[in-house]
Amino acid sequence: MSNATSPQFKDNARAALADPDLQNALKFVELNFASRRREAVDKLPEFDELRDSSRDIKDHTLAHLDLYLEEYEARVNAAGGHVHYATNAEEACRIILDLCRKLGAKTVTKGKSMVGEEIGINDFLEANGVTPVETDLGEYIIQLRHEMPSHIIAPAVHLTKAQVEADFRRVHTQLPRDRNLVDPASLLSEARGVLREKFLAADVGITGANFLVAETGTSIIVTNEGNGDLTQTLPRAHIVLASIEKLVPTLDDLAQLLRVLARSATGQEMSVYTTLSTGPRRPGDPDGPLDYHVVLLDNGRSAMLGGEFQDMLRCIRCGACMNHCPVYHAVGGHAYGWVYPGPMGAVLTPSLIGIDKAGDLPNASTFCGRCEEVCPVRIPLPGMMRSWREREFERHLSPATMRAGLAFWAFFAKRPWLYGLATGLAARALAYLGRTHGRFTWLPLASGWTRRRDLPAPQGATFQAQWKARKAGR
Amino acid sequence: MSGRDHVLSSIRRSLGVTGREAPRRKAVADRIAGHPRGVVPARGQIAAAERLTLFARMMEAASGSVARIADRADVPVAVAEFLRQHNLPPAIRRGEDARLVSMPWERAGTLEVTTGASDGTQLASVSHASGGVAETGTLILVSGPDNPTTLNFLPDNHIVVLDAKDVAGDYETIWQRLRERFGAGIMPRTVNMITGPSRSADIEQTLILGAHGPRRLHVILVGEAG
Repeated sequence: MSNATSPQFKDNARAALADPDLQNALKFVELNFASRRREAVDKLPEFDELRDSSRDIKDHTLAHLDLYLEEYEARVNAAGGHVHYATNAEEACRIILDLCRKLGAKTVTKGKSMVGEEIGINDFLEANGVTPVETDLGEYIIQLRHEMPSHIIAPAVHLTKAQVEADFRRVHTQLPRDRNLVDPASLLSEARGVLREKFLAADVGITGANFLVAETGTSIIVTNEGNGDLTQTLPRAHIVLASIEKLVPTLDDLAQLLRVLARSATGQEMSVYTTLSTGPRRPGDPDGPLDYHVVLLDNGRSAMLGGEFQDMLRCIRCGACMNHCPVYHAVGGHAYGWVYPGPMGAVLTPSLIGIDKAGDLPNASTFCGRCEEVCPVRIPLPGMMRSWREREFERHLSPATMRAGLAFWAFFAKRPWLYGLATGLAARALAYLGRTHGRFTWLPLASGWTRRRDLPAPQGATFQAQWKARKAGR
Repeated sequence: MSGRDHVLSSIRRSLGVTGREAPRRKAVADRIAGHPRGVVPARGQIAAAERLTLFARMMEAASGSVARIADRADVPVAVAEFLRQHNLPPAIRRGEDARLVSMPWERAGTLEVTTGASDGTQLASVSHASGGVAETGTLILVSGPDNPTTLNFLPDNHIVVLDAKDVAGDYETIWQRLRERFGAGIMPRTVNMITGPSRSADIEQTLILGAHGPRRLHVILVGEAG
């Protein structure tokens, strides 16, 4: 968490807007993700019903989370696996390192895991002599660049292929210099070749989990590349790293959530690989891990239960909210400064690292409401961002000028007659001053607006005055 | 206090519960025992013959290929035919699944058949699916002594034999079969749900087939709707 740049959101956003490579890469986010989701949703008449069902399953599970965790744990144990609980990031890292040491592991392959990013497992393992290798193509690329993911399902969405090519040439020095890497297929093929060796050499495989099923003690990963499966099948041990809210009661509940996940995320009817894993290799099995461990991470989530932000724990990490967010489209994921970007990050990050550090995130919203419209588990994201803004204000964390401005505005807003009088006068004054051009290119206190576009001069009376006149006329 | 006690008591504090409330315990026990079905799309709730057509259509939409044959004795020839079509050497690796073992592999001519898990050097593998789901064209493969999981991921070409009678309309039917086969609450080590060949869109969101898993997925669908 020490590496969070969320407190510098405004500077990050400014830099992002001025970065031509990033702006080039971001062009496709809305175009591709949003239209593919729409197509998939239109093909399934029951989609909205499935969203209701998914929301209800998550609510029910969260209300009984202690008991489902106990059931889940008992099932994992019965299947020969082990469950470890971690209250925070440090504990989770320590548990994983201890397991790696016990197994004598030198290299660890990893499937994509946002919880892994959250606890900073890669840096921790590396500092302690264990080499982690990311195997998801996007994660592999950003690991080469020492970056954080900029999107929860497409970690390298902020990069152009030319940038990826440059990174591969910089790192894969064992390959011929004159090789052709122009098209994405050749880049993928090169990564496949390089990573294949790593898969076969790894001692431990760490994956995340999209879901955990209490009925059977099963962990589920959903991927398209197949890297998660090689990660968990080939090494001696499989470690699942998952946060406590990934639990669902039964396989039937899992089916409900699977039906909304891929459609919301990539617009696929179903991701290529949905893998259900229960315990280690069985007697007689010719392959699979000999040890199976699950590390369950709390890291602030249990404190969210029963409170204003409990609904956020329904999130299944599909990324639809950011794919439909005009702020994300403009600044990308890194500006948010931590693991979780976009609207879900704007709500979750303050819960996990504190509103004092992440106060700008819930303010980075136009309140257009598209995130809530597309959320497969119907999380009221704009409402919760508003709650964070209120808390930020109550805790006096917002800047003095903003507080003074709001107090000034509130003075008038609480006195409607004065508000009407003042806005009426202001509208007339601005209309008079702007009468020649009909717009302002500069205005005191409004430079934030006028620096990039003109402010139109008011035409006629205020909205409220016009409204009153119209009602009287009826 | 152990990590476990810490997490559980923190959850209970937030929810305002002790964990001993009988109605809460009953709600959890009932849900797990009853595993109520939620919303099941009408798409897969169709007659058996149409289910097979839907399965094939959905699998093809996910870039997998499907060959339909009437008799299981023709599987080896269909396998050889697929390899020839793609200019692949006539060699496959398969598990010891009894249904595969009993097939007349000698009919496939020069086809070299080896058995066991994959070590990454094979170009083509043959697995027998435990089932299929028509709703999304999804294969269900279950790990076990005779069904190595590595065959599903390491070879470049994955050929999967699927019995027509095992094609269900929805996932829920598959769960029920697993419960009947392994017992309530018990699962095999791995259940792979596979919908098409491996792919990635991580570079400029251009979809490319053949990421870390197979570049080609070929289903041999055997028999007619029973």
